[in-house]
This record gives sequence, C-alpha cells and structure tokens, in this order.
Amino acid sequence: MVESATARSLEFAATRWLRPLPPAARCIFCGDEAAQAALVAALGLPGSAANCRAVSANGRSLLWLGPDERLVLAPADQRQSLSAAIEAATASHAHSLVDVSYRQVALELHGPTAVRLLNAQCPLELTATAFPVGMCTRTIYAKTEIVLWRTALESFHIEVWRSFAPYLVTLLGDVAKESGA
Amino acid sequence: MLLIHCPYCGDRPELEFSYGGQAHIARPSKPESVTADQWVEFLYLRSNPRGVHAERWRHVRGCARYFNALRDTRTDRFIATYKAGEAPPQQSGSTP
Repeated sequence: MVESATARSLEFAATRWLRPLPPAARCIFCGDEAAQAALVAALGLPGSAANCRAVSANGRSLLWLGPDERLVLAPADQRQSLSAAIEAATASHAHSLVDVSYRQVALELHGPTAVRLLNAQCPLELTATAFPVGMCTRTIYAKTEIVLWRTALESFHIEVWRSFAPYLVTLLGDVAKESGA
Repeated sequence: MLLIHCPYCGDRPELEFSYGGQAHIARPSKPESVTADQWVEFLYLRSNPRGVHAERWRHVRGCARYFNALRDTRTDRFIATYKAGEAPPQQSGSTP
C-alpha cells in the first residue's frame, strides 16, 4: 500500500532538456575504509569511488558523497536484494545502511543548455575540466539541496528530495524560459 | 563569490558551508574534577581576535564534514584549511 503510493517517479512533462528518471533503489551507506571496500565488492563494482567521483557497472552506481558516506543507486526491482546483499557483505564492519529509495527522486538534465540552466542557481564551476564526466557531489540549487552527477559532457543526473522536486522543476522551467533555452 | 577550500572536495562556493565556532576547544578529559570556573571557560568563553582566528567550518551542503580553518577576521581571507584533528599549519610572521 505504502509502496504503491510512494514508488512513483516524479510526474511532470518532460521537456527537450529535462526528463524524470524512473524509480530506483537507493541506499545511503556510511562506514570506514574496510566497510567501503566490502560494499564495493558486494555491489560488484570494479573499484571504489574517489573523492567526488562515481563508479558504475551493471546498472548499479556508487556515488561518493563524503569521506565515509556513499549513495548507492540500482534498478528499482533490486531494492530488497540490494539491501540484503550489502547487509550480508558488510556485517562484520561497523556501518550504517539506510534505504532512501522513496526519499528522493531523480531527474536528467541534458543538452547544450544544461550547464547554463544549472549555473543560474548553482555556484559550482561546471566546466569540463573543473567538473568532468563522472564527477558527483552534493550541492545546492537555489534553496534546495541536490546531488549532482555528470554522466556525460552535456548530461547531468540530479537527485533531489521528493518534496523539493516540484520547486526544482518549476525553477528550472523559469530559468529556461528567461534564458530562452 | 568567496571560495572556501574543503580538505575533501577542493575549492567550493561559500554557500555550501556553515560556520562552527572556534576550533581546538577540547572537552576536559576528567569532567568530575573540573571546577565551575573551568566549566564556564569551556562552555562559554571564546576568543574574538582581530586577526587570524582558528575556527571550525562544516561543508554541510557537500561532504558534510567538519574541518578547521585559519581565517583573518579583518579581511575574511581564508589562510588555510585542514582536517579536524590535525594541528594548524605554521604561520609566517606577518599576516596580510
């Protein structure tokens, strides 16, 4: 009941440069280096994520959020198995694992205007050298906190808390209208 | 915009940070033997220098870690930032 009510993706009309991404399984994992290594092995990733970088393989992604904090993304149907697999692999390490699948939603911002739309309200430097493909970070967009991940030169994956998403989508729309995107 | 160097994330905009008060204030290791005056000093008394100040900052909209910074309160210039638990870097004789 709760699942059917909350497992929806964000509903808004996709535009040329913004589209909602489907629901996903999401976990926040906190732990020391040994626990992080066990997490990487459990996810089947080729290596751990460096500072402000993401690693992806087989539809699963590991995003570096802080020195001991990672965001794990996986297809929605893996929600149960993912938590169980991580829990089993990291049982011998002190850690915390929180399922945040329904806390946040994902958007994809793409196209040649993506950087301009982001920089209208986000003060990060988003040139290809300062923010290369594969870089991810938590940051702010105007008044809302987002996780920004550059998946391609002109494509960004944005994670935002569910209740802030309408604010973000509306604001991006306003910015696009003003700048003629 | 003022850029602050996070020891984990590099140079980031000031908006992502929050101030955390004076740095290097250690809680007494034996609280039971501390006098009332010493508690007052620990809890409430802070330096307010005109010049270089060691203070805590938190990269709250980024990696969410606390770290320490040396900042000149006259110019708002960040002289150095370093991870929590590390000793402050040595200062050259003159400050800007």
